[in-house]
Amino acid sequence: MTMMKKLLTSAIASTLMASGAQAAISNDTVKIGYLADMSGTYRDLAGPNGQSALEMAIADFGGSVKGKKIEIVSADDRNSPDTSSSTVRRWVENENVDMVAGMVASSVSIAVSKILEENDKLGIISGSAASSITNEHCTPNHIHYVYDTYPLANGTASAVVKEGGKSWYLLTADYAFGHSLESDVRRVVEANGGEVVGAIRHPFPTQDFSSFVLQAQASGADVVGLANAGADTTNAITTASEFGVTQSGQTLAALLLFLTDVHALGAQTAQGIQLTTGWYWDMNEETREWSDRFMDKTGVRPTMVHAGIYSSTIQYLKAVEATGSDDAQTVRKQMMDTPINDMFAKNGKIRIDGRMVHDMYLAEVKTPAESKNEWDLYKILRTIPAEESYRPLSESKCKLVKN
Amino acid sequence: MSMIFGVPLAVLSGQLLIGIINGAFYALLSLGLAVIFGLLKIINFAHGAMYMLGAMVTVLMFNALGVSYWVALFMAPLLVGAFGVVIEYFLLRRIAGQDHIYSLLLTFGVALIIQGVLINWFGVSGLRYAMPDMFKGGINLGFMFMPYYRAWVIVAALLVCFGTWFVIEKTKLGAYLRAGTEDSQLMQGFGINVPLLISLTYGFGVALAAFAGVLAAPIYSVTPVMGSTTLIVVFAVVVIGGMGSIGGAIITGILMGVIEGLTKTFYPPASSAVIFLVMVLVLMFRPSGLFGKEA
Repeated sequence: MTMMKKLLTSAIASTLMASGAQAAISNDTVKIGYLADMSGTYRDLAGPNGQSALEMAIADFGGSVKGKKIEIVSADDRNSPDTSSSTVRRWVENENVDMVAGMVASSVSIAVSKILEENDKLGIISGSAASSITNEHCTPNHIHYVYDTYPLANGTASAVVKEGGKSWYLLTADYAFGHSLESDVRRVVEANGGEVVGAIRHPFPTQDFSSFVLQAQASGADVVGLANAGADTTNAITTASEFGVTQSGQTLAALLLFLTDVHALGAQTAQGIQLTTGWYWDMNEETREWSDRFMDKTGVRPTMVHAGIYSSTIQYLKAVEATGSDDAQTVRKQMMDTPINDMFAKNGKIRIDGRMVHDMYLAEVKTPAESKNEWDLYKILRTIPAEESYRPLSESKCKLVKN
Repeated sequence: MSMIFGVPLAVLSGQLLIGIINGAFYALLSLGLAVIFGLLKIINFAHGAMYMLGAMVTVLMFNALGVSYWVALFMAPLLVGAFGVVIEYFLLRRIAGQDHIYSLLLTFGVALIIQGVLINWFGVSGLRYAMPDMFKGGINLGFMFMPYYRAWVIVAALLVCFGTWFVIEKTKLGAYLRAGTEDSQLMQGFGINVPLLISLTYGFGVALAAFAGVLAAPIYSVTPVMGSTTLIVVFAVVVIGGMGSIGGAIITGILMGVIEGLTKTFYPPASSAVIFLVMVLVLMFRPSGLFGKEA
């Protein structure tokens, strides 16, 4: 009898909870899972400092939303889609996580977004680059916030082609992100009258680039384009300078460089490299003020990913507050309806495919003479307007977009 | 221009040379492993961490004290080697004579701790280390641009490899070492301090890894994770060469560098897998390795 009672009450309770989810905050808690590379090659651009940015956002928001507490859980994604999938499955199925933040390697984000879709939870991706995340891999359950390979190619590749770099040789990281960046670069180079004469897909990660650099030199291309990230890019740049790539008349174009990469290379080695970024700490009073607070907490200047994690978390919490719900679709709709105006973006908009579109920036690494301190590294050459930066919806292959 | 399988001969010669240079690194690293395994029967999973420590110590000594590259070339292996002796004395000694798996797990744990602590301190983006002035630039060989530093890497690595092989295989000290690990009680009966000999051997093997680390510092980004990826490849090299075979480790190291370099030319996506493919083949047809003695 008692057994029967227990079963009945729990059945009733769970039905109530399920129906109540639409209009209320489930479990009386907004639980955010922070998933990022905490120990591997992408640690510094997001990693533990990204979690600090997330904590800053929650603290700035007041620590609670609609009187309900906000909790964080975090995990190391090990840059592995498998590990990440099982972590996120556990989070959303057993631990009541409402939103997953962070996410760096594109392969991780693509795998995780499928699980979020199955379970109807929300993901806000700040670290990943592949533009396919909101194209063929789009779901109604995630938002891609900071940047993607489409504007990286648009910004850097078109600038380099316009300066006369017509023939390109690409060194591409052999996984989802690299492939996505490579195809975006090809499109931009060809659209501007240039040509990709060769490409190498190198394993991720690669320590020794000498063999690939040698092949790039032998190709005789005007530009050696690096469609990779993190330590792969810094290793490739170091090796290219050792083998005299620029002295022999070739231009080096790094398609994705984070502030932490440039900081590791130093102004001496990296000077003059052009890059596209979604945000830079030293752009205006607002960015500097926030970056100073971030630096007090972490000891380093924030990357665009750190800033994006902060900004997107605030936007998320505002949407939860406005709707009084942590239901994924309700919150996502509210976020789409609210333009983003903060230290990260001006007039940023989240589209139906989950892409947050905002202005991007073409920057150049300062020379040692121009750089006043170790973090004073970029000068912004040009603002690339949002509508010019990102893939237009008319070209989208996303299932949510009716073309 | 003459072509081989669609690749110009000039490009191919360049790739061969690059392969030899990378092979020299593998040789140096797998040599240390082979010495430690061959003489002490310890599977040293901390070898990658010691390589990384060699590079980190070089950078940190330069940043803090302005220690030059040449001094670091001696100091870093000495310091890291001493650290190895400490590990041997306080940890490895306690599990001597146990199954291999114990030393493997212990050294793996030590490696994870070292790596984790350094990641917390320095992050993973890498530390800067400038190329020593005298190695700046390079020479045009006709088929490729050869940076002076890479030429130096071959010379230094081969000298050290040959020296090590010579000491262990051809000198009296080497004979003591080999005998001491074969029958330590008998050797102790002859009045030879075997425990000390073992500590020093482990320290020496580790110092070899650190030496490779110093060589790597100017050309690779120096990060706490640089050892972990290299380690697995180097283990495969040792398995291919035959666990414990010192000459085998050197020759296999260079051979694998060349095979990897050629793969990078003909089919780059497979370049990280090719060494393991060779390992599988060797294990299938010659389980004790190319240069190993049949068990």
